[in-house]
Parts: sequence; C-alpha cells; structure tokens
Amino acid sequence: MARKSWAPALLSFLILFLFLGVWHVATLPEKGAQVVDDEYAKLVGAAAASGQKSAMPGPVDVGKKVWSHLADPFYVRGTNDKGIGIQLAYSIMRVLVGFFLAALVAIPLGFLIGMSPTVYKALDPFIQVLKPVSPLAWMPLALFTIKDSGLSAIFVIFICSLWPMLINTAFGVMSVRKEWLNVARTLEVGPLRKAFRVILPAAAPTIMTGMRISIGIAWLVIVAAEMLVGGTGIGYFVWNEWNNLSITNILSAILAIGLIGMLLDAVLNRLAKAVTFPE
Amino acid sequence: MSPVSDQPFVKLEGVAKRFQTGGGANTVFEDLWLSFGQGEFVCVVGHSGCGKTTILNILSGLERPSEGYVFIQGREIAGPSLDRAVIFQSHALLPWLTVLQNIAFAVKSRWPDWDKGRVREHCQRYIDLVNLTGAEKKRPAELSGGMKQRVGIARALSIEPMMLLMDEPFSALDALTRGVLQEEVLKICGETRQTVFMITHDVDEAILLADKIVLMTNGPEARIAEVVLNTLPRNRDRHDLHRHPHYYPIRNHLLDFLIDRSKNFHQELGFKNCDPKNPPLVMPGISEVRAERPPSPALAGLRT
Ligand SMILES: Nc1ncnc2c1ncn2[C@@H]1O[C@H](COP(=O)(O)OP(=O)(O)OP(=O)(O)O)[C@@H](O)[C@H]1O
Ligand SMILES: [Mg+2]
Repeated sequence: MARKSWAPALLSFLILFLFLGVWHVATLPEKGAQVVDDEYAKLVGAAAASGQKSAMPGPVDVGKKVWSHLADPFYVRGTNDKGIGIQLAYSIMRVLVGFFLAALVAIPLGFLIGMSPTVYKALDPFIQVLKPVSPLAWMPLALFTIKDSGLSAIFVIFICSLWPMLINTAFGVMSVRKEWLNVARTLEVGPLRKAFRVILPAAAPTIMTGMRISIGIAWLVIVAAEMLVGGTGIGYFVWNEWNNLSITNILSAILAIGLIGMLLDAVLNRLAKAVTFPE
Repeated sequence: MSPVSDQPFVKLEGVAKRFQTGGGANTVFEDLWLSFGQGEFVCVVGHSGCGKTTILNILSGLERPSEGYVFIQGREIAGPSLDRAVIFQSHALLPWLTVLQNIAFAVKSRWPDWDKGRVREHCQRYIDLVNLTGAEKKRPAELSGGMKQRVGIARALSIEPMMLLMDEPFSALDALTRGVLQEEVLKICGETRQTVFMITHDVDEAILLADKIVLMTNGPEARIAEVVLNTLPRNRDRHDLHRHPHYYPIRNHLLDFLIDRSKNFHQELGFKNCDPKNPPLVMPGISEVRAERPPSPALAGLRT
C-alpha cells in the first residue's frame, strides 16, 4: 500500500518532465533560413520568423517569466502595465462580488421555488429561456444600461453564477426527504426553524454543489468578459499581451488562471465537505 | 383500571380514506370505528396494503381522513401535535445531527424556553433510558439499526407525549435486537402507563406488547374485523410467554385470521351482519366463543 501511495505522484512528475522536455526540444532555435508566409512573419516579427529563434517560447523562457512575475507581482507602471498579481486580484474580486451577489439572490429564490410548486411552475419558463443564454450575450446590454465596464463584468459574472445555484438550491429543497419534514411537522416546528434547522442542512450538499459549479463557470467567464471590456483584470492582461506578442506572458497568465481556478474549486470543495453528512 | 371518564381517550368514528387514482377514488379503508382508553397498548395487525400506516398518519395528524372524525380526549385532531409522538419505521433521524442533537431538537421544540443545561440534562435522561449512554456524540450513520431505532424511541419519549404512535418500529431489526428492544419498550411503557398505538406484522410481538389487538381485513376497502383482548397478565416476559395457557389460543386465533379469515371477511361480515360501529371484542384466551361485549369487571381484573 505504501508503495502505491506515491506511485501516482511519481507518474505525475514523469508526465510533467516528459511534457517539458518535448516542449523544450520542439522550441529549440532552428538552423538555417525558413520559409514562412508574409502574413505570419508580420505577426510574429521578423526575427522570430527568420528562424534565429522559434516564435514559441520554451519552458525555460516561460519559467524565467513566471519567476519575474512572482518576484514582483504587484507593480504598477502605467495603465497598461500592471503586475500579474494586480490583474488577478481584479479578476478574483469581480468573480467573488458577482458570485456572492448571485448567491444572495439565488439561494433564497431557490428556496422559494423548492418550497412552493406554484412559484416553481410560474418561474420555470423564465429560467428555461434565460439559462441557456451565454453570459457574454448580456454584456452589451449591461454596458448600455450600467455604463461602467467594471460593473458590467460583475453583472455578467452575477448572471452566469445565478443559474446553477438557483437550480441546485430549488432541487435540493424539493428533494428533502419527506420523513424529515414529517419529523418537523410532528414536533410542531415553526416555518423559520424548519427552514433553517431541517431544510437548509438537508439541502446544503446540493446547494454547495451548485455553488461549486457556479464559481467554476464564473472563473471561465471572467477571462472572456475582461477581454471584452478591457482596462483591468487577467482577461485584459492576456489580450494586452497578445497585442504585445508576448507569448511568454500569455503562457504565464494561463498557468496563473489555471492555478487560481483550482484554488477556488478546492475552497468550495472544502466547504461542501463540511456540510455533507453521511446517511 | 377503567378510564376515569366515560369518554375514551382515542375515538375513531366512521373514518375512511380514499386516494384519487386515474379513473376514480380508490378506497383504502372505510367505516372504521374504534376507541381505546388512556394507558392502553393497542396493536394493529393486518396484511400489507390494508392501510395501517394510513391510519397511523391520520392519528398523528400528518394526513386527514377523507370521511369521518378522529377524536383525542374528545377533541378532533386538527394536525400534528407534540402530544402525539411518532416512532417512524425508517427511524427518520436527521443524519447531520448527533444522537444528542437529534433528541435535543425534539426537546427544544417541546420546551423552547428551556436553557441549554436543562435541555441537555433532560436529553441525557432519555439517552440513558434506552441504553445509549456513551453514544451521545455519534451521528446516525455511525449507529447500528437497533441503536438508531433506540434514538427514535428516546426522541419520541423525550417530549413526554400523551400517546406514542409506532409504525412497525422493529421490523427492520434482527431477531435478537428486536427481542431486546421489545422488552425495553414493554418495561418503559409499563412504568409510564403510556398510551401506545402500534403497527406490527409480528403476531408474537403483538401478544407480548399489546393489551388490545385490532385485526384489519385485507385492503382495498379494509375494515376492522375484530378487536382481540390480550388476556395474558401485563407483566409479560418473552421467555415464559408461551407457557401461559392463554398464549396458544390467542396466537392461533390471530394466525387463523391472518391466514384465512382476513381474505373472506367481507362475506363473513355480511353473514354475521355485525355492526361496524362496534367491532366484536373477542377473548380467545378465555374462550373461543366470541362475545359481543365482555363484562367490564372481567376486563378490569385482567388488566392489572
Ligand atoms: N399518497 C397515496 N396515494 C395513493 N395511494 C396511496 C397513498 N398512500 C397510500 N396509498 C395506498 O393506500 C394503501 C394502504 O397503504 P398503507 O401504507 O397505509 O398500507 P399498510 O397497511 O401500512 O401496508 P404495509 O404493511 O405494507 O406497510 C395502499 O394500497 C397504497 O397504495
Ligand atoms: Mg405501512
């Protein structure tokens, strides 16, 4: 058993080194002139296109870049030149604000939908129509009405976090076991106490699953949203670095986005575990 | 030992339950008349689907009868009440709460203004009563089936109800655990003179625990066929129960009913033309001859 426990970790490292090795070899500078079409040469720059060095940075370049970002993540050198840490902080802030506003609306509303078949039937058509709309489709409307790019991004996060939490909360509340509700009824438990002491804990695991899905989607959407609105945020950073043709920065940002996404999911997972009960 | 007032503790009058199904109304049972006094232990026996759980739900107030009335101490049941505690077949513990918290939830529902210490002390009394001392901090998932059912019993008793309603409380347990719990329930109910309404499939369980055994005909359109009076002395013991001369007559009577008579009772009923308002009270232990109404003194003497 002891052997087995470190085997997956070892395998993970092997895969990582293999990947880095292949990447490194594939991006080594090539000898001799290379035929490339003009369009491409214009895009990546003459030096890269002529073949002194591959346009694609190797793992060492990216590693150096990541190190430089880590060394000074929060610098500000003008509006278009801010540290990756600052940009990530903007994005995380927007995601958290949008997410919590959505939770504030979705959980009580989901409770209501789950408790009342009438409310459920009344709201279901709206939910069914609005849910499949890409959150980014709201962006122009948000920009037009709110007239603030930062708030519009938060609004888009709000909209995309809303549905999974709403639907999961309603479903969780609806599927609370009848026998637990009967226990509450035979004990003459009042409606508020029943909601907080019976229905909420019973539905909590399902609600947390909805929150976990929501934060995952929110983190996916924020990058695209910030690419659209610009100004600040990791999405804007990626877009800006594309304009600067700094592939190393883009790769560093992708790594950072992945790690933060993993972290957000891990936090929600921890919370979900805390409210899960074995039956 | 007869009830103090002439009014019975529980009274069912012409109770029927119908469920709407596709085509029309499906009558589970109808024209049920039954009454029993305070401190009596009543068992209902009948085949699956005759509506035993439905009767229990009506008595608990979780469901309403389609027709008829149910009175407790002369007042019609308006809904669930803390005066009637239910022990569910599936124990129905809240799995996110510990044993102590499950019982405390009930106690706080009963006495909302009690302070923490008082609630804790009260809970502990009932945890000790059902022999769960030491398991207070465990969650239901960590308990055996028998222990879960014990928590259910403690939770029901802790609110000091006027009446206990039990739906096949021991049917999911192994024979050994069942025997132990039956004796505990017998002891506790004997000491507290608790009024109990219990559903069972187990004839021996009924004879061990009940003062009166209500026999129901098969559903749909089930009725109360007879009420069997358990003439065994109340300080019964599982070990020498079967040595009592009344044991086999009662047991045979119950089994006869379940195996043969419950199916064709409608014909028997028509034949005898008996009154559903007064289901025959029979005492197979004393005589196989069915008496319409036993004389009260005999009844009082037997139930000590
Ligand atoms: N909500 C409901 N809707 C429709 N029919 C129902 C409903 N609840 C119960 N019934 C019907 O009522 C009948 C009696 O059910 P009930 O659960 O009371 O039987 P039971 O005597 O307790 O049976 P068992 O011994 O198997 O527990 C069954 O035929 C069942 O199909
Ligand atoms: Mg049943």
